[in-house]
Amino acid sequence: MATVRLSFSPAPVHVRTARLVGVAVARRAGVREDLLDEVRLAIGEACTRAVALHRQYGLSEPVLVEMSDSGAYAVRVVDRAPIEAGIGLAALDADQLANESLDEDDLTTGVGFALLAGFVEDLQVRPVDDGIGTEVRMVWPVAR
Amino acid sequence: MELSLATRTVGEHTVLEVGGEVDVYTAPRLRERLLELIDGGVRHVVVDLGRVDFLDSTGLGVLVGALKRLRTADGTFALVCDKEPLLKIFRITALDQVFPLHRTVEAATGAGK
Repeated sequence: MATVRLSFSPAPVHVRTARLVGVAVARRAGVREDLLDEVRLAIGEACTRAVALHRQYGLSEPVLVEMSDSGAYAVRVVDRAPIEAGIGLAALDADQLANESLDEDDLTTGVGFALLAGFVEDLQVRPVDDGIGTEVRMVWPVAR
Repeated sequence: MELSLATRTVGEHTVLEVGGEVDVYTAPRLRERLLELIDGGVRHVVVDLGRVDFLDSTGLGVLVGALKRLRTADGTFALVCDKEPLLKIFRITALDQVFPLHRTVEAATGAGK
């Protein structure tokens, strides 16, 4: 079982780094090549969400990304924002997306959740076990 | 890969060619360029995603923002995309029902007016 942990200050510029590391570890873990684009997008969305929450709440604590390949490729992205901010996957439908009154941030959040739910079959969003925050847990099968 | 942005004119359309990665870090530059064009009086915009390797929800939010802005200004907004991974993103988010999506710039400038 190999675990790679990455923690980064909540700045948009670091999300790309998290994506690159996440895909590199996925490839090494044996995730199918044709799933890697989805892994990259999902890790990016989860990290973008965490960064947005930290910035919204003025939190300077790092965002944690933990990748492990014990049996499957599991990625946890942990934020430290109040729980009520982060739980619940509310994808928007086409009418809501085109709604003139929906602002760009809300739209981006809705679209981000739609992408996570659409690309990750095994997805959980839940409170962290220790302290304040939520974790997005995503699992992909590996070929062994 | 960094974001690249280039504009050209095709008839009455302004085509914005986007390349590289559009994400939470680079999307503000795309938003800024689109606003510059629209505020400068451009009313028919085609965004060519042909050289985009990565597009996330932040980038999609910027594109929807431009679409809405142009609609309220009696303009048009269309996308050019023929890459299956990106098209899948539009389908999953239902944004394929929101944007006029074309396979080629020719189709977008001919049909999008």
